[in-house]
Amino acid sequence: MKTIFEKSRPGRRAASLPCSRVDERFCQLSQLPPELRREKPAELPEVAEIDLVRHYTLLSRMNFGVDVGTYPLGSCTMKYNPKFTEWAARLPGFAGLHPLLPQLRRGGLLAQGALRVVYELEQLLKQITGMDAFTMQPLAGAHGELTGIMLMAAYHKDKGNQKSIVLVPDSAHGTNPASAAIAGYQVVTVPSKDGVMDPVAFKEKLNDEVAGVMMTNPNTLGLFNPHIAEITEAAHRADAIMYYDGANLNAIMGYAKPADLGFDIVHLNLHKTFGTPHGGGGPGAGPVGVVEKLMDYLPISRVEMRADGTLFLNYDHPNSIGYVAPFYGNFGVCLKAFAYILALGGEGLKEVSEDAVLAANYLRVKLGDKWEVAFNRPCMHEVVFSAEDKAADYGVSALDVAKALIDEGFHPPTVYFPLVVKESLMIEPTETEALENLDAFIAAMGRIADKAAGDPEALHAAPITTPVGRLDEVAAARHPVLKEPEDQGA
Amino acid sequence: MSEVKKAPEGLYYTKEHEWLRVEGDLAVVGLTDFAQDQLGDITYVELPEPESEVEQMGEMCVVESVKTAADVYAPLSGVVVEVNSALGDAPELINQDCYGAGWLVKLGDFDRAELENLMDAAAYRLLMAEGE
Amino acid sequence: MRFTPHTPEDRAAMLAALGQGSVAELFEVIPERLRARAWDLPPGMSEPEVGQYLAKLAGLNAQDLVCFLGGGFYDHHIPAAVDALISRGEFYTAYTPYQAEMSQGTLQSIFEYQSAICRLTGLDAANASMYDGGTAIYEAAMMAVRKTKRKKLIVCTSVSPIYRIMLKSYTVNLHLELVEADLSDPSALQGLLDQDTAGLILQNPDFFGVLHDYAPHFEAVHAVKGLGILGCNPIALAVAKTPVEMGADIAVGEGQPLGLPLSFGGPYLGFMAAAEGLLRTMPGRIVGRAHDKEGRTGYCLTLQTREQHIRREKATSNICSNEALCALAAVIFLGLMGKQGLVELAELNMTQAAYARERLGAIPGVEAVDQGPWFNEFRVRLPIDARVAVSRMIDKGIAAGFPLGRYYPDQANNLLVAVTEKRSKEEIGYLAEGLEAVL
Repeated sequence: MKTIFEKSRPGRRAASLPCSRVDERFCQLSQLPPELRREKPAELPEVAEIDLVRHYTLLSRMNFGVDVGTYPLGSCTMKYNPKFTEWAARLPGFAGLHPLLPQLRRGGLLAQGALRVVYELEQLLKQITGMDAFTMQPLAGAHGELTGIMLMAAYHKDKGNQKSIVLVPDSAHGTNPASAAIAGYQVVTVPSKDGVMDPVAFKEKLNDEVAGVMMTNPNTLGLFNPHIAEITEAAHRADAIMYYDGANLNAIMGYAKPADLGFDIVHLNLHKTFGTPHGGGGPGAGPVGVVEKLMDYLPISRVEMRADGTLFLNYDHPNSIGYVAPFYGNFGVCLKAFAYILALGGEGLKEVSEDAVLAANYLRVKLGDKWEVAFNRPCMHEVVFSAEDKAADYGVSALDVAKALIDEGFHPPTVYFPLVVKESLMIEPTETEALENLDAFIAAMGRIADKAAGDPEALHAAPITTPVGRLDEVAAARHPVLKEPEDQGA
Repeated sequence: MSEVKKAPEGLYYTKEHEWLRVEGDLAVVGLTDFAQDQLGDITYVELPEPESEVEQMGEMCVVESVKTAADVYAPLSGVVVEVNSALGDAPELINQDCYGAGWLVKLGDFDRAELENLMDAAAYRLLMAEGE
Repeated sequence: MRFTPHTPEDRAAMLAALGQGSVAELFEVIPERLRARAWDLPPGMSEPEVGQYLAKLAGLNAQDLVCFLGGGFYDHHIPAAVDALISRGEFYTAYTPYQAEMSQGTLQSIFEYQSAICRLTGLDAANASMYDGGTAIYEAAMMAVRKTKRKKLIVCTSVSPIYRIMLKSYTVNLHLELVEADLSDPSALQGLLDQDTAGLILQNPDFFGVLHDYAPHFEAVHAVKGLGILGCNPIALAVAKTPVEMGADIAVGEGQPLGLPLSFGGPYLGFMAAAEGLLRTMPGRIVGRAHDKEGRTGYCLTLQTREQHIRREKATSNICSNEALCALAAVIFLGLMGKQGLVELAELNMTQAAYARERLGAIPGVEAVDQGPWFNEFRVRLPIDARVAVSRMIDKGIAAGFPLGRYYPDQANNLLVAVTEKRSKEEIGYLAEGLEAVL
C-alpha cells in the first residue's frame, strides 16, 4: 500500500487550530532571525482527515493482534487485554495529569489519586512476589533488568565488594546478557543439564567475582528448576545477588513467590503477566522489586505514606541510584495492570496460572504425536518443540512451520529461541484461549506436519494468504531503505 | 547433510574459521567457506580502520548476516594495512568467493613466528569434520 | 472478573487428555517447601465495582487547573482521530512485528514514523522509538562513546535537569567522565573539548525555552573528532533550525507533544535520528522497506543483528519493548497537523507565549530572565519565592508554572512558564491578573 506521503496532495489539510485572538504584533515567527530558522518546512503529509483515517484503518487490517486470533508466542504471554483497563487509562483525571504537579509545594495533594495507584500497585506486587519494596520507574522489562543490575552494582559498591561478573544460563533471554553488559559487567554463561541450569556447573562458575545471577524460573523452556534453593543458597554464601526475570510469572502465581525461591531482585513485565496491551512493540512497563537489603538503592522518588494517610513523593534516599525514568514510570501502563489485578483478585490470579499451565500441557501432549517435544516431561506455562527432525528429513525448518501457520490463521509461536534447542518452536497459549482454539491450533499443526512429509514445497512457499509473501530480508539489510525518499513525496 | 567445504592448500587457518595467505610482507585474511556457509547471506561488514593494531586471535572486525553478527579474529598480531572496500557495496563477495575477491583485510608488520600457532589445510579439514 | 473462557467441563477435558486428575498435580514440580507461604490478595471485583473505584481515584486528582506547566511535557490539543485509530485492536493488541507478512500495518506505520522524524530533524535514519527523551539522550551518549571509543561527555546545564540526572544515574559505573557546564557561549567549550571527547550534548529550545543556533558548538566538537548530540522539541522543529543544519550527528527528543496525553509521566516517546555513518551503532528496532518474490513492496524489521535477541551481550542496547503505539500516535498526529499545520501550530505556541511574556512583564517586580528568542516557554524572575507564588496560584485554579528552584538551587525566585495553543487570551489574562494579586 502507498505510504501516507505518497497519498499527499499540496494544499490538503486536516489540522484544526484555534484562533489566537491576541494582537498581530505578538506573531513571532517572522521576527525570528534566519540563523535560528530551518530553511524549508518539513515535508510532512498533506492529507484530509478522511484520507488519513482510511489509510491507517486499512493498515490496521493488515495486522494481527490478540483481538484477531490465537497468538501463542512463547515468552510473550499474549493474553487478552481487557477493555475496561483502556477506559480507566483514558479517564481525564489520569490522562490529563501533568507529572510535575506533585513536585510543586503541596503538589502531592493535587495528585493523590494517581499516587494511590502507584502506591497500591506496589503493595499488590509485593504480595504477589514476596518482595519488600518496588519501583514503578522502569519503562519496559529490559529497562527493569538494567535497573536491577544497577541496584546490584550499588549494593556491592556500598559494601566495598569488587565484583565484575554476572552469570546467566544458556537459555536466557537476550536482554539478560545485554543488560548486564551495558551496565558494565562481564557475562559468563552457565550450561543447562536436562533442560534447567545445572547446579553443579553453577557452583563451578560461582566465585568471589560474581556480583549476581540472572535467571527465570520456570525458564524459557517452560521448565521449573527444582534445584533453585540450592542455587540461591550457594549464591548468597558468595554474596552474589539473585535476580529473577519475571517474564514467566504467569506460570506460578499463587503457587510460588520469587522471594521464597531465594531471589533478591525481581522485575515484572506488566505487558505480559498483567494483561496490558503490547501495542505493536510497546509501551510496556517493568517494575522492579527488591528485598530489604537492597531497598536503600531504589530509584527516587518513592511514593510513601504519611501518618495521616496521605501519600507523598520522597526524594530523601541518599543511597538511591537516582532516576532511571523522568518521573514515576509508564503510569498509564501501570494503571491498566492495577485495574487488572483488582479485577482478578488473589483467586483469579491463581486461576490464571493454573489455566496457563493446564493449556500448555494440553498442547504438549496433543502436539506430541507429530512433533518432537524438546523435553519429554510436564512443562509449566510454555512448551518448546523442535522441528529438527523435519528439517533433517524433509528440509522443512521452524521458519517454514511458522509461515505455514500464518496461512492457517494463527500467529506463529516464537521460533529460534531459546538457543539451546535447534529449530525451536516455543509455544505459550496463555489462559485466555478457548479449548476449541487450542484444538484448532493442534489440527493446524497436524496438517503442517503431514505437509512437511508430503508436500514440503507448499510450506516453503508460505505464507500465501497475506498482503505480501516472504520478504527479501537480505537485500533489505544490504541496501537499507529506512524512510520514504523525499523526491517521491508530494 | 553438508558437502565437504573447501579449504585450499597453501593457506593457514584458525579455529575461528579465518584463513590467512602470506604475500611477501603482507598477510591477507578472510573467512573460510565453512564460515560463510554458517553465516548465510552476508549483509554487512564492519572493517577495521587502516593503521589500527591487532593481536593474534583478538577481535578484528564484525561480519553481519540477516540472522547473526559474528566477530572475526585476527590470525596474527600486526597492523591493518589495507581493507577490502569492495565489500561496502557488495558484501556478498564473501559468500561468492571467500578465498579470492571476498578477502577482508591485509595485515603488515606481523611476526612470522606466530604462524606456528595456526593450522594447515589438513588440520583445518579435521576440525571441520569434528564440528559436523 | 475473569478473562479465561474455560468452564469446568473444558478443564476436565484437558485434564483427561493429560491423564491427570487435578490441576494441582501439574504444580508438583514445585517442591512443597518452596511453595508460597501466603497469598494475601484482596478478592476480585466486577467491572462496575473496579470502575467505580478507579473513577473515584481519578477524581482525587486536580482536573481543572489551567496548565502553564512545561519542563519538557506539554498540554497540547490531541485531535480525536489519534485515539480512535490507535484504539483499533489490530494495532494495540499486536506484538512486535517479527512475522513481517502478517504485521504490515505496524511495520508500514513505523516506517512512516521513521520517515517523519527524518524529515523533521533532517537526519538520515531514525529508529522505531526509545522509551522517552531522557533514555534517548543516554543511548545517544553511548553511541558516541562506542563510535569514538572515547570516554568524555560534555553536557550543557541548559539541557533538561531531569535528563541530566538520568544520564548521571546510568553512567555512574561506566568509567566515563561526565562534564556539565554552561555552554550558552561557545567559547566556554575551549577548555573542555579535547582528544578524549566522545560527545557534546545540547538542547534546543533549551530547558528555559530559549532558541539557539548551536552550529559553532558542533563545529568545535567536530574539530576534535567528537560527535554532536542535540535534544529537540518536535513541534519547535517545524520552524527552528534543524539538527542537521546545525551540524549535529544525532538528534533525540521527547515525542510527548505529538499526540500523547500527559498521563502523569508516561507512556511517552523517545525519538532518535542519526547521520548515515552512525546507522549500525543506533540502538532499537528499525523498519526497512523490502520486496517479496512477486515484487510487492513490504516492510520488515531490519539490521536486527545489532539488537539484544541476536547480539546478546554485544548488542548496541538492551532495548526490547519500545513505545511502538506511541510512535503510531505521533505519526498520526503529524499527518493530521500536516506540513502547513505543524508550522501554524508552532507559530501559535510562540504567539501565545509572547503575549504571556508581555502580560507578565507588565507586573511590577516581574521580569523575563532571558533575552530570547523563545519557543513556547520562558522564565520570569519573581520578587518572591516561586514555590510560594505557585502554591497561591493553585488556590486560584491555575498551575502557573514550574518553580526552577526545584532543580536549580540558585533560581528560587524563577518561574518557568509554558504556553501552548490551548491557552487562550483569556486564560493568559487570568494568569497575569492572578499572579499580580498573589505577589
